Amino acid sequence: MTVLEGVAPPEVEVRPRGVSRRDRWQRRLPLLPALIYTIVVTQIPFVVTLWYSFQSYFWNTPAPAHFNGVSNYKTVFTNAAFRSALVRSVGMTATAVIVAMILGVAFAVLLDRKFLGRGVVRTLIITPFLVMPAAAALVWAGPMLDPNFGLLNYLLEPFGVHHVAWLSTHALGSVIVVMIWQWTPFMTLIILAGLQSQPPDTLEAAKVDGAGALATFRELTLPHLRPYIELGVLLGSIYLVNVFDAVRLMTNGGPGTATTNLPFYLFQQVNNAFDIGGAAATGVVTVILTIIVATFALRMFARVFQFEEGGV
Amino acid sequence: MTATAVPARPVKDREPGPQKLREMSRQVGWGVLAWVVGIAFFLPVLWMVLTAFKPESAAQTWPPRFAFSPTLAEFRLVFSGWGPFVTHSVIATVGSTVLVLLLGVPASYALSVHPVKNWRDGLFFFISTKMLPIVAAIGPLYVIALKAHLLDSIWLLIILYTAMNLPLAIWMIRSFMLEVPRELLEAARLDGAGRIREISGVILPIISPGLVSTALICVIFAWNELFLALNLTVTNAATMPMFLISSVPQEGLYLAHLSAAATVASIPVILVGWIAQRSLVRGLSMGAIK
Repeated sequence: MTVLEGVAPPEVEVRPRGVSRRDRWQRRLPLLPALIYTIVVTQIPFVVTLWYSFQSYFWNTPAPAHFNGVSNYKTVFTNAAFRSALVRSVGMTATAVIVAMILGVAFAVLLDRKFLGRGVVRTLIITPFLVMPAAAALVWAGPMLDPNFGLLNYLLEPFGVHHVAWLSTHALGSVIVVMIWQWTPFMTLIILAGLQSQPPDTLEAAKVDGAGALATFRELTLPHLRPYIELGVLLGSIYLVNVFDAVRLMTNGGPGTATTNLPFYLFQQVNNAFDIGGAAATGVVTVILTIIVATFALRMFARVFQFEEGGV
Repeated sequence: MTATAVPARPVKDREPGPQKLREMSRQVGWGVLAWVVGIAFFLPVLWMVLTAFKPESAAQTWPPRFAFSPTLAEFRLVFSGWGPFVTHSVIATVGSTVLVLLLGVPASYALSVHPVKNWRDGLFFFISTKMLPIVAAIGPLYVIALKAHLLDSIWLLIILYTAMNLPLAIWMIRSFMLEVPRELLEAARLDGAGRIREISGVILPIISPGLVSTALICVIFAWNELFLALNLTVTNAATMPMFLISSVPQEGLYLAHLSAAATVASIPVILVGWIAQRSLVRGLSMGAIK
């Protein structure tokens, strides 16, 4: 029922060989508004960022912006805070994506079986993804994790946990838990679609051949799921690397800088240090790093969407 | 699975009875496990809604209370203060979603039905903008907005949310357009339909359910967005996530009030997501999974 789709358009229409100029422009015309809009709105801010990255510009002082060469970049590369925010960002994203994916596979396997109320359980499981991230962060920080009144401490009391102040003692872990909680449903849905697209006759054949459930899963299901897992990891990473709400609203980057990831670090540079130039240079470095990663990601995208081949 | 499999191991289980029973109890076991997992996962949401119905004094107790006399007091308080925020959120969400569809439908057409020569590059350009971290440009974005007199304006949010959702929508709408049967398009062309009539008369009616699910995905992301709103708006365009933040006071009891605000802020998207469950996967995978 569900398949990864080859997105190449049908061949008939595709070869604009020998077509007239008029036809080419007729084809282009509908694309132009969206293309121009996207270029203007998404690229101009980055061009301006590049410009400011060579300026000294503090918006809390009346002094106008002035050129100061690469000194902002020197600061970025010698700044331990930037490096640690970068490392933390990568660590948070990787942990959250991997754990969410493992849970997602497990939940999808559970939901793939027939049982009473399957639709309801599916609905329950996808709900965390739909909760407004700001609401999720605040509800976890308050009613769930509050050291004195929080539900989690109450549930864990039988296991010898007594009024733990999670956000002070396990800040990073708490933020990551909320990220996982919100993104596991996403992984579950994608993997579930993969499981349901598995041809039932091959599974049946494996069963007839006497293969155990675990062996079938490892030898047949997992290879089949691979593109779905790649897709989930890729899309999950794109969103999770930018996580801001949970950090800002649960821990405000702290205690100290224990939960300061790159987005929050940039936010602080602009909002607390008023350092537009410095933030711009940090931003440029971030974008360059992102482009390096994105190049690989886009290649993966092409493979997952099955249109690597040329020839169209 | 059934009796036919039994002869392979003839020693055990002569009659199918006990085996079937075991199979059944195993099924029930998996079902129970799935329910336990589902409820555990849903628990924070349930707790949020429960706490929202508590009086403030009952929200901060040890042990936490599950039985209490419910009150709508906190909701009343929320509804008395949410006016401007919810208005801004609705305008930004609806405005950006409409704009996304207006820009996205023609663009998807030019990337699928009558593709431009470099449709592949086009597609990847759009998706690559999704990977650029907007946080990296937030300082300059602030300065640009300031100079363009767009700071703290709802237009700014509409413009940015449109750019945020457009790549997603184009990939998604395109996947729906590719499913329109070629014969229909060719028949329309033989009837002398131009490009515009082809879109409005043939393609749009067929992909309209797809457009609805695309719109729903855009609504979810626009409604929930905090980072841009927090940085670029103050009062004239502050949205629901900012209303939530304002519901956490510096001191005093607030858990019930916060929960009520969080419930109210989340409910629209939760309902939309529940209704659109089937198309959620397709939207989130940008059309890759049907």
